Amino acid sequence: MLNHGAGVSRPSREWQPRIVAFFCNWCTYTAADLAGVSRLKHASNIRIIRVMCSGRVDPQFVLEAFARGADGVLMGGCHPGDCHYMEGNYKALRRVRLLRRMLRDLGIEEDRFRLEWISASEGEKVRAVVNDMTARVRSLGPLKLPEKFRDWDREIGELEEKVGKMEEKEHVG
Amino acid sequence: MSDKPNIGLYWCASCGGCEESVVDLAEDILLVLERVNIVLWPVAMDFKKKDLEERPDGSILASLVNGAVRTSEQEEMARLIRRKSRHVMAYGSCAHLGGIPGLANQFAREEILQYVYEGSPSTANASRTRPATAIPKNGSSLALPEFHHLVRTLDQVIEVDYYLPGCPPTPRILKEALLALLEGELPPRGAVLAPDVALCEECPRQESKPADMSFTEFRRPHQTVLDPEVCLLAQGIVCLGPATRGGCEAQCIRGHMACTGCFGPTSRVRDQGAKILSGIASSVAADDPEGIDRTLDTLPDPVGTFYRYGLAASLLRARNRPL
Repeated sequence: MLNHGAGVSRPSREWQPRIVAFFCNWCTYTAADLAGVSRLKHASNIRIIRVMCSGRVDPQFVLEAFARGADGVLMGGCHPGDCHYMEGNYKALRRVRLLRRMLRDLGIEEDRFRLEWISASEGEKVRAVVNDMTARVRSLGPLKLPEKFRDWDREIGELEEKVGKMEEKEHVG
Repeated sequence: MSDKPNIGLYWCASCGGCEESVVDLAEDILLVLERVNIVLWPVAMDFKKKDLEERPDGSILASLVNGAVRTSEQEEMARLIRRKSRHVMAYGSCAHLGGIPGLANQFAREEILQYVYEGSPSTANASRTRPATAIPKNGSSLALPEFHHLVRTLDQVIEVDYYLPGCPPTPRILKEALLALLEGELPPRGAVLAPDVALCEECPRQESKPADMSFTEFRRPHQTVLDPEVCLLAQGIVCLGPATRGGCEAQCIRGHMACTGCFGPTSRVRDQGAKILSGIASSVAADDPEGIDRTLDTLPDPVGTFYRYGLAASLLRARNRPL
């Protein structure tokens, strides 16, 4: 179900999903450009990173985006058969199929990670996909991995303090 | 005796294999003892925490610490060792990357305690007793270490100067590290003391590794008769060699077992699991989602396979969950 209006004019104080989008130079990035030139409004929650090919997106990029605070990651590439480099998009698809499974096993919901084929002429599809993904991620809520890492690591600092106190006690006793 | 530099050896969350690997130096251990004093090695000799506390700070030239950090006791000892040592070396996969214990980061602390003390089929614990950090006994209180929420690599707890990779490190890796230390020929701080190339570079089967892999099915060693000469990936066996640092002299491959990644990634890779996932998945033969999934479904456990040793050190560190 596509939600075309999501996120377009929300008040800025409310939590906004942050979605990192890796768009291929030849198709999806050009389509995003077309969407802009055509004045198609879509949710402003994506941060587009232009890559030469969806096959250039190392799974490490996706994990790093999440680890550094992205709520969602969107990949866009040329339709099957249309890759500028012949088969980069197939490699991307294969990696995504396995990465999705691994992300699920690591507790990251499926809707936070998505691959779409969007050709250079499909500006409207950019809008639809971005709006739909923004709505889905919004309903999942923030992922907040950097904050979680900070919470997890609080137990480390706590110990230092406690050990100091215990040592003091030992010396007294 | 006193003019020889001091060396410490310590273990945290580990299996003991790393300790064993020190003994694997065989007669070379006598050469080591000629040149250093071992001032801490609880697994082999009698040392108390107090002995270490009483040493001046920085009076140990180097401490080799193996094991991941899971409990407050391990963390406390790691901090103490850091204070007393000029160099701290993470020894083995667990200290370096979290190792096998790091796989526990797939589960919350409560899930682990529940299973171990109540749920597992071999547990008989009708009173549901759990370990507690303070137990009253004969009027005084007995303290047990805290069980942390996460398994951590050594460098997630204290500063680490060097890393000796491997599960366990080979005698050669240890010997070369000790020589470099004693001769003052250590590389820049933070280095992993092993070659910075993928295992494939030193693999005896390298020549049979196809330039273009094409997987239709992944097989496990017990499901097939393996050709002892041919690249394991070419035979459909998941081998982590392409994304794993060399320096182990391909011991597992020579024993007809695939690489499981214990030496960790090279310096160019941040996340070993993601990198090998990338390499393996992109070489699947199928082009369509269903065909791709059919092949990938023959990999039963991606996290356990690709992060066998590296989950605690990975970008995500653990399964996403509330604390």
